[in-house]
Amino acid sequence: MSGVHITALVACVVTVSVIIELLRRRQLRDKYASVWLIVCVPMIVFAVDPNLFNRLAHSLGVINPPDLLTVVAALFLLIVCVYLSWEVGRLENKTRVLAEEVALLRKELEEATTA
Amino acid sequence: MRDVLVVIPALNEEDSVGVVVKETRAALDDVDILVVNDHSTDNTAAVAAAAGADVVSNVFNLGVGGAMRVGFRYAARRGYQTMVQVDGDGQHDPREIPALLAVLRANGEPATEARVVIGARWAGTGTFQVPRARRWAMRMLAAYLTRLTGTRLTDVTSGFRAYNAPAIELFARTYPAEYLSDTVESLVIASRSGAQVAQVPVSMRVRHAGSPSQPAWRAVGYLIRVGLMLVLEVIRTRSRIPPPEEDR
Repeated sequence: MSGVHITALVACVVTVSVIIELLRRRQLRDKYASVWLIVCVPMIVFAVDPNLFNRLAHSLGVINPPDLLTVVAALFLLIVCVYLSWEVGRLENKTRVLAEEVALLRKELEEATTA
Repeated sequence: MRDVLVVIPALNEEDSVGVVVKETRAALDDVDILVVNDHSTDNTAAVAAAAGADVVSNVFNLGVGGAMRVGFRYAARRGYQTMVQVDGDGQHDPREIPALLAVLRANGEPATEARVVIGARWAGTGTFQVPRARRWAMRMLAAYLTRLTGTRLTDVTSGFRAYNAPAIELFARTYPAEYLSDTVESLVIASRSGAQVAQVPVSMRVRHAGSPSQPAWRAVGYLIRVGLMLVLEVIRTRSRIPPPEEDR
């Protein structure tokens, strides 16, 4: 096992452990955790045996295997970013509606208590 | 409760909001007045209440659009037939509200379609100067909305407006909360929903207090923002804000 190989393996194990720990403490909602756990599986497999990844890359016609990794990673992160932007916008809208409701309800409560 | 609600969105306007409320009351005795205090850090809420207005205070700053949405929801819930929007800085003369209401109620009331009447500055009466760049930006927007609504509009960023009951219902659900572009965007929404838009010339006064919310050098940035928003608004599907389930 080469140094790089060990580093990759350690990084994978740490990532997976952090996700599992966050899940265990209920800090991460299931719907996000599942995505990261699914990503972790091929990461560990390829960290254990990098040749599997090389063969996969070659079978897809990619001459330089790291290129495949870069492209797939960039694409995946792009999708995650867009999804999170969408989620933040939705949450902001919900928060706004709630704030408006709170203001209106506070006014109604005020009127009910002074009447 | 009266039929007409005057909504005054206010952010840190303690020096002027009291005067606006009193002038409104003096000009029209048969209206309810609601000041939407958009999380001011000064005494806006207390001053408005002392002047005799009802006050709703936002729990955090929502922007003019958010404050107006609170106003529309308030009016819709309580069944007001007409709503008038007046700025809290005193730039609009409440004595001109009847002119807006007259146009809103022309051709028979109640109308089944939504109607919005804009109090347009620079449409003949009054004297007020704005920086050239900002004026140019506003002309572009006015030209665009004139095409869209089929009515000649000269001041689409005016926050001096009157709405009938269907318009109140429409905007309680869809009034845009985007910063600074709410006045323009709401007109796009109105025209796409089949609402009638009209304008009445009004004179604009120098603000009682405070500085303009938009310095001149930002006009170009503003135009770009609003332009982008307009493109989005035209390709966007309708009604982004679902009504809360318990809305009556």
